[in-house]
This record gives sequence, structure tokens and C-alpha cells, in this order.
Amino acid sequence: MALLEVDDLSVTFARRGQRTVNAVDGVSFSVDAGEVVGLVGESGCGKSVTSLAIMGLLPKQPGLRVGGKAVFDGTDLLQLDDRSRRDIRGRDIAMIFQDPLSSLNPVIPIGLQVTEVLARHRGMKGEAAAKEAAALLDRVGIPDPKRRLKEYPHQLSGGMRQRALIAMAVACQPRLLIADEPTTALDVTIQAQILELLKELVRDSGTALVMITHDLGVVAGMCDTINVLYAGRVVETARRRPLFREPRHPYTVGLLGSVPRLDAGRGERLIPIPGSVRDVLPWPDGCAFAPRCARRIDECVGEPPELVLAHDGRSYRCVNPAPVPGSVPPAAKLGPDAPAAPADPATAPADRATAPAAPADSATAPADPATAPTQVPAPREEESA
Amino acid sequence: MFRFIVRRLLQLIPTLFGLSLLLFIWLRRLPGGPETAILGERGTPEMRAAIRRNMGLDEPILVQYGRFVRRLIRLDLGTSTSTKRSVVTEFVERFPGTVELTVMAMVIAIGIGIPLGYLAARRRGRFLDHASVGGSLIGICIPVFFLAYVLKAIFSENLHWFPSTGRQDPTIGATRVTNFFVLDGLMTREWDAAADALWHLVLPGIALASIPLAIIVRITRASVLEVLNEDFVRTAEAKGLTERTVRGRHVLRNSLLPVVTSIGLLTGGLLSGAVLTETVFAYGGIGAFIYEAISQRDYPVLMGFILIIAVVYVLVNLLVDLSYSLIDPRVRVR
Amino acid sequence: MTITTGKKREKIDRLGELAAVRDDEQGVSLWREAFRRLRRNPAAIAGAVILALFLLVAIVGPFFAPHPADAQLWKGEVRLGDFPGPRAENWFGTDHIGRDEFSRMIVGARQTLLVGVISTLIGLAVGSFIGGVAGAAAGLGGRWGRSLDNVLMRFVDMLLAMPSLLLAISIAAILGAGLTTVMIAVGVVSVPVFARLLRGSMIAQANSDYVLAATSLGVKKPKIALTHVVPNSLAPVIVQATLTLATAIIEAAALSFLGLGNNDASIPEWGVMLADAQQYLDTAPRLAILPALAIIITALGFTLLGEAMREALDPKLRK
Repeated sequence: MALLEVDDLSVTFARRGQRTVNAVDGVSFSVDAGEVVGLVGESGCGKSVTSLAIMGLLPKQPGLRVGGKAVFDGTDLLQLDDRSRRDIRGRDIAMIFQDPLSSLNPVIPIGLQVTEVLARHRGMKGEAAAKEAAALLDRVGIPDPKRRLKEYPHQLSGGMRQRALIAMAVACQPRLLIADEPTTALDVTIQAQILELLKELVRDSGTALVMITHDLGVVAGMCDTINVLYAGRVVETARRRPLFREPRHPYTVGLLGSVPRLDAGRGERLIPIPGSVRDVLPWPDGCAFAPRCARRIDECVGEPPELVLAHDGRSYRCVNPAPVPGSVPPAAKLGPDAPAAPADPATAPADRATAPAAPADSATAPADPATAPTQVPAPREEESA
Repeated sequence: MFRFIVRRLLQLIPTLFGLSLLLFIWLRRLPGGPETAILGERGTPEMRAAIRRNMGLDEPILVQYGRFVRRLIRLDLGTSTSTKRSVVTEFVERFPGTVELTVMAMVIAIGIGIPLGYLAARRRGRFLDHASVGGSLIGICIPVFFLAYVLKAIFSENLHWFPSTGRQDPTIGATRVTNFFVLDGLMTREWDAAADALWHLVLPGIALASIPLAIIVRITRASVLEVLNEDFVRTAEAKGLTERTVRGRHVLRNSLLPVVTSIGLLTGGLLSGAVLTETVFAYGGIGAFIYEAISQRDYPVLMGFILIIAVVYVLVNLLVDLSYSLIDPRVRVR
Repeated sequence: MTITTGKKREKIDRLGELAAVRDDEQGVSLWREAFRRLRRNPAAIAGAVILALFLLVAIVGPFFAPHPADAQLWKGEVRLGDFPGPRAENWFGTDHIGRDEFSRMIVGARQTLLVGVISTLIGLAVGSFIGGVAGAAAGLGGRWGRSLDNVLMRFVDMLLAMPSLLLAISIAAILGAGLTTVMIAVGVVSVPVFARLLRGSMIAQANSDYVLAATSLGVKKPKIALTHVVPNSLAPVIVQATLTLATAIIEAAALSFLGLGNNDASIPEWGVMLADAQQYLDTAPRLAILPALAIIITALGFTLLGEAMREALDPKLRK
């Protein structure tokens, strides 16, 4: 029995006079006790909304609809009333956010921001709470914790702030920790320290961790299982090694192809994914990734791709997945029990060769999606032949 | 902290210098010159000439300005042409009344404005929100003196709920200690005197409070809406804190920061509004006296009062800045 | 080769449409976008309707006024404490010396608009000049630039050190009562607001990344100022001018109430009419209520439109 079982979670924002937005469109994944699970995708793919929906932290607004299930330890979090949810939050499930400065209250000392959790969930007060708070700060590696308790967020460095937030999150030894891009706003050297700290905490306390990130480096460093999200759906799920060695969904292939590698051959180019997350086909009309996909065939459009279960518990949502080296591509598409391919790290980059190269000029595509020319490749029918 | 105060006081000097220059020029520009300001419209040419000599008006302009500044520093602001008493005495006598009135107005504005603005933000888009936003718009657009007349006509002349003029019923025969009538009543244990003085404050207080109330409602509402979207409120929610803690400790406290900043500026509006309100209610403060001074062309009073009010206003703003630094650690000064 | 079915082709065509929609969204400029949002805001519509009516009355109204505004045609019917009330020939009755109130209201609209617009223009012109020079001086930097900026801002601080109405009173006391006085006094009061606004927004623009980008591309300073800094600083100034029009009309009324306003009785103006009518509140409250309502509604119109414009132009609120 998994600790957290998210099943067909959907979040829609309906606004009068505007198109309804399906921010999360049927996400399913599970987290076992003590497991580190990654939710990976570009910004706008629904990672953060997923985590906020599980926590019940989506801003209340008319037109917001949350569907599906998020079963934590036998209770569906989405069905709980406000009060029971507040009891669970911070005690059983805790969360860390992206920007440590804005996530801390600027006019309240760090100490109170830690002790208020202790007071709420562990009934600790006064001297005892202050002592425990200092111990927590010490545990997350903040030097001179007694003094820091009296300080305000603006007096701390970025890394220290994130450590303080982590201290608040682990104050009640939660069974599940959700970290939403916890290192994005930090310097690279600090990023490594924070990731190391999270790993250590998870290992020592047996807390399960859901790591939300767009950074495949973070994922490679610590996640056991990885869910790749696109346009509000999980498009591929796999253990860490298989995912990096033999990505099946073209989107995963694209993500990996966009990361610079030291072991890449000289002169080998990065292969960016053309277009942006905004070029989305609504899922009921086909594969949302189709407009940007290099492996698109006619079957991609018309109805949503089924989830394909492959060997080793991995799954992907694609009718024309990237071939596993040594196997015949259509076999993977037809049978969920395709033979396990020999894992050979050297063949991973070869996927780039098999994927038809994007237009050459897309290598210099501007970073800003709003100004980027939309590159919807013209439908190429011969590809399916 | 001490150095901050000193620095701010030093910053005051150029402002006061400029003000004194402005007032000096004003005095010289007056029709008939300063001698008219002292003598009024009466006075023979000989008297005028004597005063010109006495005041050194035939000396170079810089010498005159120097003398003017020296008088200002000694707090010698001249004599009222209508009451023949020292301008400073007149001010000291009337100022407590205006302080009482502005404090009353501020209490009304803050006491109603902050809760109303907060509730409007929490019930965004519902009736209370629309009503308070609409009400505050109208509050800003109503001329203060018109509102004062309307309140007086309805609640005092028709319904007789409140007295229509003055600061206190003279037949009570209250003892004077500080000239703060409410305070006097409390200090001398003349409860009826204190209550009567308070009763006299209600209508002018409401009229004067209209604009600051409207502004505080709007600022509080906008500020709460902004803070509700802040990341740290989400963090507080993620900690599972009770709704009460989240609202009180995290939302309201941070929302009040811009309101505190605005209070200093609002006192300026109150001092302006006091001129209009006190006039309508014949309330014995500096505002009503300024109105008298305008119609009597009592220039020494007008000039002196405006100079003192400017100083008071600047000091109030200094105080607000200091208290702000106590609330917001980010601007805390050493 | 697969044969693409009609339905599928339709779906594929939609991909192109998606891209087209996005291009369309990008092409919308700041101002057009702001205008589009203004049109959707009911408060803005209400404000615009009020102002359109006000402008119409102010511009063409006086030609259609049924009676001359300054002729005491019904002087004979005025008794102490009893003036002719509303009737067929005087829709709003007559005032305390037998002039047609309706005609005075209509003619007064033009005067009120004039006072509001001219005093706002004075504040806008002087304030923008001071703020613009200070902003440019601060932007150019150097010892001279900084000290010029400093001197100008100290002057502005000095104006701010006085509560607005008292500043207006002292100016009016220097100049003597009259219509011009009111316009100048009310205008001067709004000088610091415009000066600080323009300076602040110019400095913010000058420190922005896109100006840095333009500078690094070798665009000349005057051209940057003209193409980037000025247009982007203009929006808040225009919004402020709209809001100032409302306060100008109210403040002009207050000055009239204090006896510093227009002393030429032949030219009706709402502020003066309201101030004069205070004496007749018991006998003829309509004489006060009519101009008061007119002032409130007009000020409301400017405020509604100004606030809506501020919202529409606020990049933070743009989605």
C-alpha cells in the first residue's frame, strides 16, 4: 500500500468569458513510504498545481474545480474538511516552496515562525518550544541557532532561509515532504548543499519526498522514481536509471536532449524541443505534445493516447515511442511487455540520431516563449509509413 | 535610533528655511505691506511710517530677512490684529481643541476603516465589498464642509441628538487644566464635563473622519488582497496553522504596514479639514480661528498658524516614520 | 501512406489556429490592451458616461440655458426666508436674489470644468517640468545632476510640508480672492504630486533592464528618453491628472466656502453656489444640495475613470 496514491487528479480554472484552463488533467502517481519521487516538466505543465491541490492550498476562487483522488494513508485528502486538512498539513505532510525569501514572513522573527508549528501540532510552548526550535535549526545546519531565532528573514542569506523553511517543514517529522522547486532560487553551490540536506533528512527519518523540479540534474541526483508531466498529465513514469538510459516518450527524449552533457561528442548539438508549453492540443483531441513532437504520426491526433505499461513497472503515454535500442520500434508500441533491452549507457545519446532533427534554426530559439516564433512542424505523413 | 532622529531633524532645516522664506515674501507682498498687517486698514500715514522705521523696513532686504528669522526662532510671531494678543498665545490656547478633534476623527477612521477594509477584502466581490468600495469613493468625493452641514442639519437641528456648536456646554462650568476639555474632565473627575466635551466631538469628528476613513478602507482592502497572495501566507497555511493564527499573525499584521505609512499623510488632510469642519460647527480650535483670520485679514495669525501647523505636520510624519521602523524590521534603524 | 480522414485534418488545422491565436495576442500594444480592459470594466463605463454628460452640459449647455444666469428676473418674488421653488418656468426654482437656479447650474458646469481643468493643467505643467528636470538630472548623474535633483526635490518637499488646503489658503491670501487665485492655488497644491510621480517613474524606467539593453546596443540617450522613458512614464501621469481633476473641483469648492473663491457673482460656479447656499440651508436646502450633488457626481466620474485607468495600465494586474 502506497503512502500517497494520486489517482486521476484534475484541476480546472473556469473564468467567465474565458476559456476554461485544465491545469492538471488526470494526473496519477504514487509515493511509497520513504521513497523519493520526482515530478518533472517544463514550467506550466501542472507540477506545482498538482502539489498545491494535494495540500489543499490552491487559492480559493470561483470556478476552481478539483477532481479525482489523493489518498494519503487511507484517507482521501480531497474529501477532507478544512479543519482536518489543517491538522494533517504541517504534521503529516509538509511542504517547502521555491522562493525562500518571499515564503517567510518578513516582519516576524524566524524563531516564532518555527515555534508556531511546534505549538500547533506538538503543543509545545515557551522555553521548551524555543529549545526544540534551536535544535531544529541546528539539525538543518544553521550555525549559532539561538541567535538566529531572534533574527528576521532579511538578515539571513538565501541558503539559510531555505534551511529555516526546511526546519519548519520537518518540525513534526512528517511522513511526506513535498518540495516545490526548492533550489531554483538559489546559487548553484547552495543548491547542492540544500539537496544534500534533503537527502540526509530523508535517509535519517524515513520521510517520503516528492521532488518537483524542472531540473533533470536534481532528479538524477536523488529520485527513485520519476514522473514526467506534460500539459497536466503524466506522460512517462520510470525508475531513475531506465528513464535516463532509455527514455520512451518523445517529450522525455526531448528533455534529456536539451541538457548539455560532458560526454557528448565534439560538435554534437543540443536538440531543443521546438515551440513552447503553450502549443498544447487539448488531451481529448489527441496527444497534447503532438504539436511539438518530432515523432508525430497521424494516430497522435484524434483520441488521447492510452497509457502503455512496459516492463519493470514503467509506463508511458505515446503511440509512437522512441525505440529501445535493439528492439523493433512497432513492437514497443503494440505490446506492453516488450523485451527488456540491454542497458547500454552509450546508446542513450543515440536517441538523438533516431529522432528526426528539428529545424536547424531552432537551436537558437529564444528563451522567452512569448516572443519565440511558433514552430509547429508541418504534418509529415510519410513519417508514419 | 537616536542618530536617525537627529538626521531627520536636520533634514527639517532646509524645509523650514524655505517655508520661512516663502512666508517672508508673502508678508512683503501683502497689499499695503507688513504695516497694514499690524495696523489693519486703520492707521494714519504717520503711524505707518513709524512702524516702517521701527521694524527696520528701510534697511536692506537681507538684514530684514535675518531679523525675521531671528524672531521666528524666538517664537515671536507677532500680534493678532483682531484680538490684539500674541499669535503664539492664541495658538496655544486653541491647539488642544483641534488635537482633540483630529484624534477623535483618527479614532473613528482607524476604528472603522481597518476592520471594514479587511472584511471587504475577505468577502471580495460580494455585497459588503462593493458597498464599502462604493461608499469610500463617495466619501472621497463629498466636500467636507457640505457633509458637516448635512450632519449638523440632520442630527443636531432636526433630531437634536447632538449639540450643533462649540466644544462644551458653558453652563456646566467645567474646570480648565490643560485646555484638552475631555482630559480636563477626566483629571478633575468632572465626568459630566468630560462626557459633554466628548458629545460635542461626535458630529465634527464624523465629518472630519470622512476622507481618512475612505482612504484607510481602500488602502487596507488593497493591502489585504495583496498580502493574501503572498508566498508566506501560503507557507503559514502549509504549516497547518489555524485560520485565526494565519489571519491575525500573518495576514493582518503585514497588511497594516501601508496603512501606518498613510496615517502621517492623513494628518495633513485632517489639519486641512479641521479648518472647514470647525468653521461649520463653530468649534473653538485653530481651524475656526484660521477662517476668522481669513475674513478679518488677520495676516499675522494666518501666517503664524500656518507655519506652526507645517512644523507640527512634519513632526507627526517623523513620528509615524519612527513607529513604522518599529513595526517593520526591514527598515529598522540603528 | 495513410489516408488522413477529414476529421483528423480538421484537428491538424487547429494546430495552426492555436499558433495564430498566439501571434494575435502578442500584437496587442500596452495602450490598446489597457483600452480593451477599460471597456470591460463597469466602473470605467460609469465614469466615462458621467464625464461625457458633464462635458456635454459644460460645452453646449450654456447655449440652451432657458434664462440668463446672472439676471435677477424674479427678484420681486424673493422674500426673506422664502424663494420661489421649482415650477414650470424655473425647474430648480430661483436662488436668494431671484436668479434661475437651473440656468445657473448649467452655466456653472462650464465654469467648474474650467476651474478643474486649468488648475490641473497648472499643476501638471509645473509639476511635470520640475519632476522631469529632476528625473533627467538624476538620470544623467554627475555632481551637478545630483545636486540639481536635490534642490528641486527639497523645494517639492517644502510644498509637501504644508497640508494641502492650508497651502492653498496661503497662496490665495497672497493673491487675493478670485477665480484666477483659486486656479493657481489649487494647481500649486498638486505640483508636488506630479513632480514626484514623474521623477520617480523616470528614475525607475532609467534603471530598468530594457533601457540598459537599449544603451548597450548603442542607442543614443535622447532617443532612449523619447522612445522608452517618456512614453512609459506618461501612463501614471495621465492617471494622476484624471484623479487630480476630481480633487481640484472639491478643493476649489472648499476655497470658495472660505471666501477665497470667485467673487464675481455674475459668473456662476458650483463651488461658489454651494458656499453661498449654506446660509439658506433651512429655507431652501435645494440651493445647496443641487450644486453639492453636481460636484459629488462629477468628482465621482473623474475618480471612477482614473481608478479604472490605473487598474487597466497596471502591469501587475495584467494577465
